[in-house]
Amino acid sequence: MKKADAIRGYLERIMQKIGRPVRLMEVCGTHTVSIFRHGIRSLLPEGLELLSGPGCPVCVTSIEDIDRAIKISEQSGAILTTFGDMMRVPGSYRSFYEARAEGADIRFVYSPSDALRLAKKTPERKVVFFGAGFETTSPLVASVIKVALEEGIKNFYVYSVHKLVPPALRALLQDKEVRVDGFILPGHVSTIIGIRPYEFLASEFNRPGVITGFSPDEIIEGVGMLLRQIASGRAEIEIQYKKVVRPEGNPQALKILYEVFSEADSYWRGIGNIPLSGLEPSERYSFVDAKRVFDISVQSKPEPKACSCGEVLRGVKKPTDCPLFGKACTPERPVGACMVSTEGSCSAYYRYGRY
Amino acid sequence: MCLAIPSKIINVNGYNALVDVMGARREVSLMLLPEEAKEGDYVLVHAGFAIQKVDEETAQDSLNLLREIAEKLEAEGY
Repeated sequence: MKKADAIRGYLERIMQKIGRPVRLMEVCGTHTVSIFRHGIRSLLPEGLELLSGPGCPVCVTSIEDIDRAIKISEQSGAILTTFGDMMRVPGSYRSFYEARAEGADIRFVYSPSDALRLAKKTPERKVVFFGAGFETTSPLVASVIKVALEEGIKNFYVYSVHKLVPPALRALLQDKEVRVDGFILPGHVSTIIGIRPYEFLASEFNRPGVITGFSPDEIIEGVGMLLRQIASGRAEIEIQYKKVVRPEGNPQALKILYEVFSEADSYWRGIGNIPLSGLEPSERYSFVDAKRVFDISVQSKPEPKACSCGEVLRGVKKPTDCPLFGKACTPERPVGACMVSTEGSCSAYYRYGRY
Repeated sequence: MCLAIPSKIINVNGYNALVDVMGARREVSLMLLPEEAKEGDYVLVHAGFAIQKVDEETAQDSLNLLREIAEKLEAEGY
């Protein structure tokens, strides 16, 4: 309790210096969960608000991409593989789990390497990896694609829904409804991309950002660093998570990532299309692109109208402002994207629901 | 989803390594690591790939946090 008082006092002193309300946004599902699990919101002084942005790649995968992947899984000889978190995401009619119960061969894997191994073991089948994830995950998939080429494996494909964090931050700041004074930037995404891709936050939008670790102490320190910047009128990108993140990121991972993938427009569930915010296999690697190899024609339904996921992901509404929250939409029967994954804001509010 | 877990390298075999992740042994790829890693080093592992070297103290701190979360999850019946 003493420690909690000390933290509140520390943050309160900086807030007094700022003299106006401050809204900070985290854009990483692991931060969302850590903030809730450790009750960090209860330590915040009045006027300081923490928002959860579009930090969960599972949540922002579009309904149409789920429908298309299910369509692929129903084609002769196909095996669809993906991370376990994707299995329950509702498509227009079914989730991967439900499609599997109806006979589609859909399997979850721990690593994209497992999907490649499966392709080697079953040369008569077509193994498709449904690749979701931000910059922490996409270099892994890129390196598996490179190995597939080097080893001449011809029955391995990737359906990429990989997304990039910085273009989503730009889209948020260009949105007039969104009010954010600074960003708690993701620790492990930044391990890969470093500082440079965030610099526009400060130079173009005059917003500070701090790359932050995941323990409660690290998050508090990151919040303190952001507030100190705001109090002194600075806007810079700083690193709190120095023991892991280097300013240049991981050059080896970036090299492989951009050898295999090219930036492309991408549709974010709840938000819409964001220019150059996704990754698709580049021309040289187009032979692995499941979107080109398989029939992906589907008629998808629009996102459920009553669902406020889009506003929640942009920090415009709280999950509890949604008419479906906790009633028609629960973690067991999710309607919208933010309730699906354990890292979604609605799911975190529901599980630790004190707010 | 973007969580990476510190793991200790047991031995290196070309581009792969056998690591200890919270008591479990796993084969991971070293392809994305920007520098060389050897037996006894700690690396952050995300979905079967080492993505960064870390020092032992950092690794132990993160592992303690993960253990604490795992215990809470268990206590909550997950």
